[in-house]
Amino acid sequence: MNVLPVPSSLDHLTVDEFFDQVMRLGEERTLFDARHLRWVDPNGMVGLLVGGTVAGRRQRSLPRLGLPESADVQGYLSRMAFFEAAKGVFEVEAPSRRPPARSSDVLLEITSIAANVDVHAVVDRVQSRAGAILTSRLGYPPTAVVQFCVILSEVCQNIIEHAEAPGWVAAQAYNWARRLGRYVVVISVMDVGRGFRGSLSDEHSARYADRWGDTTALEAAFLHGFTRFPDSGRGQGIQQIRRQVRRWDGAITIRSGTARIGQVPEWDDTPPLVDGLEPFPGAQISIILPAKVGDLWTGDPIPSGSTWARCSSAR
Amino acid sequence: MDRRPDPIRIDVGQVLQRTVTSLYAHLVTRPTGRAVRMAIEARLQSAGTLSLSLIDLSEVVILDFSCADEVVARLVEDATRSLTQEAFFVFRGVQEPHRDQIESVLERRGLATVVETDPGSFQLLGTRTPREERLWSEVERRGLVGPDELAELMADAADPAALESLLERRLAFRSPVSGRVHALSRLIERGVS
Repeated sequence: MNVLPVPSSLDHLTVDEFFDQVMRLGEERTLFDARHLRWVDPNGMVGLLVGGTVAGRRQRSLPRLGLPESADVQGYLSRMAFFEAAKGVFEVEAPSRRPPARSSDVLLEITSIAANVDVHAVVDRVQSRAGAILTSRLGYPPTAVVQFCVILSEVCQNIIEHAEAPGWVAAQAYNWARRLGRYVVVISVMDVGRGFRGSLSDEHSARYADRWGDTTALEAAFLHGFTRFPDSGRGQGIQQIRRQVRRWDGAITIRSGTARIGQVPEWDDTPPLVDGLEPFPGAQISIILPAKVGDLWTGDPIPSGSTWARCSSAR
Repeated sequence: MDRRPDPIRIDVGQVLQRTVTSLYAHLVTRPTGRAVRMAIEARLQSAGTLSLSLIDLSEVVILDFSCADEVVARLVEDATRSLTQEAFFVFRGVQEPHRDQIESVLERRGLATVVETDPGSFQLLGTRTPREERLWSEVERRGLVGPDELAELMADAADPAALESLLERRLAFRSPVSGRVHALSRLIERGVS
């Protein structure tokens, strides 16, 4: 059996290396060893699901998931509905003791996206919860909840319309006290479908000739708004998401295949384009929205010691 | 007597619940928008060759870009292209959270439409030139412009073309009988409460 050690911190910074390790696995069944997992964000949780799905497909058997030793991490995974989502992806024994309900900490539990009805459910759920978090914790205006729901709707539709395979979405607010000195909302949307190159190839590969690949496909969609549909009204989703994320001084990155492209603000030192990664299937989108500071979306950190400055995950 | 279109009011919130499913509270996803647009188009088919529709978005809380494209932009685009029907649209209840989505999808297709942002407050959204905006605002301010008043509106040699553009794009209505130009808002106010 293959053993894949899950890093102790699995988040937007480490998930690409994790995916690369999944792609290097042999054909034997795999144990995803998450015993030492100490910190996981929506990218990490959803990343575990897509990593497990890819391994299971290649190895033709469900991989096993070794549970984190940390009770806090187990509790957080339970609150984010990870174990329900993991059924059919991993052979895993969910912790028997249910964590106390702290639903106010969770913006959106891990939710499977396979049809339009799932997008409606996500928007319904987030609309009822996001207002308090976006206004009180991120300092966004009350109307921001609409734009936030629009982002989630468009990014989830991306799975349905382009991946031709199911995916997952999750969102959570965190206090990035050390990293940024502010609260952030982290949104992760991932699928294991045909990816941007597969979706756009028929329509756009000819114009790129031998330059066509994951990087050019991502550039075509992310920077130029190309879509596989001939209708000029299509392909707006990612462009509009980018625009709104920029207004909020947020970061958005998309990995598809061997490349990751991003629109990164000044506070984020993520490179805007990474290539040469392992050819991981589907598309993996990460969005990070920081708290507004004063009248600006960037500036001095918020005062420390806020009563609500408690991270709901293990860190 | 002017030949004027009688306005029809269509509540998109109700169409959404009756057409798609009562479980959906928001105008999100392209299939949902497509179903709503087709339901609106079906209602408009019985309206005759000349129609003015007040599409009421007041009850819609979340409107995403995909639905805005289907329900607003596609509706306006199809109407503008039609050779058999002369359909005019005004979108009511376009609050600030909807504005960006509607403006973006219209601009993407090079379209414009008339929206009511607050009761009695009308604006143009979408692609338009400053000259078109100025002329439209003047027609909107006056409500009704007779043929003799049109001359004083045309301060510049390029103004007549801009007015024709507004009329062709169904952003104002010119009576084929009297030649008077009506602001769509005025026609709406007369016909729909």
